[in-house]
Amino acid sequence: MKIGVLLKEVPDTESPIQIAQDGSSISFERVQWVINPYDEIALEEALRLREASGGEVLTVTVGPARAKDTLRKGLAMGADRAILVDTGGASLDPFNAARLLAKACETCGFDVIFAGKLATDDGWGQVHIGVAEIMGLPHVSPVERIEFDDGEAIATRAAEGGVKEIVRARLPAVIGCEKGLNEPRYVSLPGIMKARSKPIDVKDASERGEASAPTIVRSGLSEPPVRGGVRMIEGAPQTAADELARLLREVGAL
Amino acid sequence: MRILVIAEHDANGAKRHTRELLRKAASLDDCEVGAFAAGPVDESLAEELGRFGATKVYHAPSEGNSCRSSLAMAAPLRDAAAAWEAGLVLASATPFGQDLLARASMRLGAGMASDCTALWIDDGAVRVRRPVYGGTATEELLLGGCTSFAAVRPNAFEATECRARQPEVVEVEGETSDTGAVIERVEEAEPGMVDIGEATRIVAGGRAVGSAENFGLLGELAQSIGAALGASRAAVDEGYISHDHQVGQTGRVVAPSLYIACGISGSIQHVSGMRDSKVIVAINTDPEAPIFTRADYGIAGDLFEVVPALTRSFRKLLQE
Repeated sequence: MKIGVLLKEVPDTESPIQIAQDGSSISFERVQWVINPYDEIALEEALRLREASGGEVLTVTVGPARAKDTLRKGLAMGADRAILVDTGGASLDPFNAARLLAKACETCGFDVIFAGKLATDDGWGQVHIGVAEIMGLPHVSPVERIEFDDGEAIATRAAEGGVKEIVRARLPAVIGCEKGLNEPRYVSLPGIMKARSKPIDVKDASERGEASAPTIVRSGLSEPPVRGGVRMIEGAPQTAADELARLLREVGAL
Repeated sequence: MRILVIAEHDANGAKRHTRELLRKAASLDDCEVGAFAAGPVDESLAEELGRFGATKVYHAPSEGNSCRSSLAMAAPLRDAAAAWEAGLVLASATPFGQDLLARASMRLGAGMASDCTALWIDDGAVRVRRPVYGGTATEELLLGGCTSFAAVRPNAFEATECRARQPEVVEVEGETSDTGAVIERVEEAEPGMVDIGEATRIVAGGRAVGSAENFGLLGELAQSIGAALGASRAAVDEGYISHDHQVGQTGRVVAPSLYIACGISGSIQHVSGMRDSKVIVAINTDPEAPIFTRADYGIAGDLFEVVPALTRSFRKLLQE
C-alpha cells in the first residue's frame, strides 16, 4: 500500500507563546518545534498499516525550510520518505494550504492519506478535509478506531453527545486522526541513525501554481483576558460548600 | 447581508447552540437570516427556527444516515447558500457543523474560520475572534470572499426568541451522487452522556480523583446541577474516563457558564481548554496549585470531602 501522512510542525504545547511587536504574529525565538501531536497519531497509524500490509509511508508537509528538522523526526519514527513544499515562510490560509498539499499528493498515488484531526497551533481542523475535497476523495474525521477491509476503511467517528458513527469509506480516502486511536511510538536511536540517509524531497511552493487570494486574514493577536483573582472560601467542607453554593447563586451561575 | 445558518436538530427540536446562532445572526445590523437543515423539517421545527430569527428554511432530503453525513449534505448546503445569496454561512462548532462547513467551504474555494468565540460585522465586513495556540492567544480575523464561512462555539451567545412569523420552507435537491463514504450505523457509547462541548455546566476531575470508581462522586455532583463530566489529560491517560470527556489542548475546548475543577492542578494544556468559562471554581488540596490563579472561587481542601458536601449544598439550593 502507498500510505500518505500530512505532517505539520507546530510549537511544542509547553512552549511559551509570545506575541511579536507587530501585534499580529508570534515571536518564534524561544519556540521548540515538534510534530503536531495529532499528526504523530496519524503517522503511527500509517506505520502500523505498513507493518500489517506492506508498502511505503510518505509524509507530506507544507511549511518553511526549517520544518526539515521536524520531518527528520517523522523519518526517525519510521516513515520512508518525506516531501516538503517550501512556502518560504509565508503563512497560508486553510484553502491554499489544502491546495498545495493536494497538489503534492496528487502524483503520489496514495491508497490512503492519514492526517491529524487538527493542528494545535492554528486549530483549523479543516485542511485535511480540503485536501480530500480538492482530490475528490471521501474523508472521515475525527477517527478513533479504524480497520481496513478489501479496499475500504471502516472508521469510528465521535459525533455529538458521546455518539459514535461507524463509517465505511471507499479507498483512497483521507482519515483525520483523533487521540485514542493509538499510542505513538518513541523514536529509537537506530531510527534516528537511519533517518539521516532517508530522502526529503523539497519542492518550491511558488512552482505549484498561483495561490488564490486568501479569504481569511488575521488582523490582530492578543493574549486572553486575565481574571480578576480568586476568592478563597475557608471553613469546614460543608460550611465552605454551602457558602460556595450561595455565591454561585448570587452571580447567577446556579 | 444575508446569512445562512446550519440548523442542527433532534427529536426535541432545534439544538440550543442552533437557537443561539440564529438569534446572534438575526441581531446583526441589516442582516436577514435563513436556516439550512439536513433531513426533513416539520412545521413545529420550522416555527421554532422562525422564532429565533430565520425567515426562510431550506432543507435537504435524506436517506438513512445521510442527514448526518458532511459528504452527502455539502452539495445541498452549497445550493441553499447560492439560492439564499448568502454572504455568510454559519455553523455551530460541533462535530457535525464543523465537518459539514469544512467540506462545503472548501468546495467553494474558501475555507472557514473554525471554533469562533465572537462574531461581528464591521463596515460590511465579517470579523471573528477565535483562540489559537491551544487557547494561549486570541486572534482576530477578517473574512473576505463573496461568501464567508464561520463555525461558532456553542455557549458563545444568548438564545432568546425574537420574532414569531412562520418562515417559508423550501426543499433543496443537491446532487445525490455516491459520496464514497456511508455511515453504516450509529452507536450510543455512553447513554445519556451530556456532551462537554454543548454543556452549560461542567464538573471536571484530574489525576487526584484516583480511579474510575471515584469519578462516580464527581458524577453525582454533576448530576445535581445537570452538568457534563469533564476530565484533565492526566485523568484520561490514567484510564479513569474516556477521551470524550477530555478538556484541554489535546481534548475539547469548552466555555460553559460554570466550570468546577476538582483535583486538577491547572497545567497550560488544561487551562487553555477551559479559560473562557464564565465562572470557574477550583477544588484542590494544594493551595499553591496553579489552577487557583485561573479560578474565580477556590476551596483548598480534599475533594473527597468537599465534593460530596458540595453535592448536598447544590441539591439543597436547587430544591429551594
